[in-house]
Amino acid sequence: MANSSPAKTKAAEPAQSAGTMAIIAPALGWLIPGAGHIIQKRWIRGALLFVSIVTLFVLGLMMQGHIYKANGGDILDILGFIGDLGAGGMYIVTLATNGGQGAVAHAIADYGTKFMIVAGLLNFIAVADAYHIAIGKKQ
Amino acid sequence: MTIQLTHFSAAFVFALFASIVFGITHRETTRDMVLYGLKCFAMFLGGALLAGWAMWLVRR
Repeated sequence: MANSSPAKTKAAEPAQSAGTMAIIAPALGWLIPGAGHIIQKRWIRGALLFVSIVTLFVLGLMMQGHIYKANGGDILDILGFIGDLGAGGMYIVTLATNGGQGAVAHAIADYGTKFMIVAGLLNFIAVADAYHIAIGKKQ
Repeated sequence: MTIQLTHFSAAFVFALFASIVFGITHRETTRDMVLYGLKCFAMFLGGALLAGWAMWLVRR
């Protein structure tokens, strides 16, 4: 009996580690795009995700896009908020600095709004991917 | 700091970065990721060009 306990502990360690990673990787990936992959040593994938999502979001801001706040109004505004929320840390920082609050006065600004929403939605996909890597469903 | 992109360059940038994320997240091997990313990029940009020409035809 005395010998079986350490063996069980050793076997349980990777499972416990994977369980922890299944929570940490998506959470970190949401906060910083690509970080969920980087923490799991997928360096290139993480870097590409970071560059792609951050660039889309920043370009959206530079195009004077509008950022949605939490609201209970029009369904499109609610969906816009959900999309923007996916950008995680960038969304929080943008709100904190009062960014993206201008009126959408021309077509390019409307594109900017969509860029930021899509950046958030793409980050949701990246978060799901980081979770799949953490649970071993994907390499 | 603001930036003014043309409609085409906005579509190009959007297609590029969305395709990178799609390629990485939707396929398993590196080769498949690259191929799927290229396919997505072509579909995004080709779709935008086709839709643009279709609207031009409808307008005439």
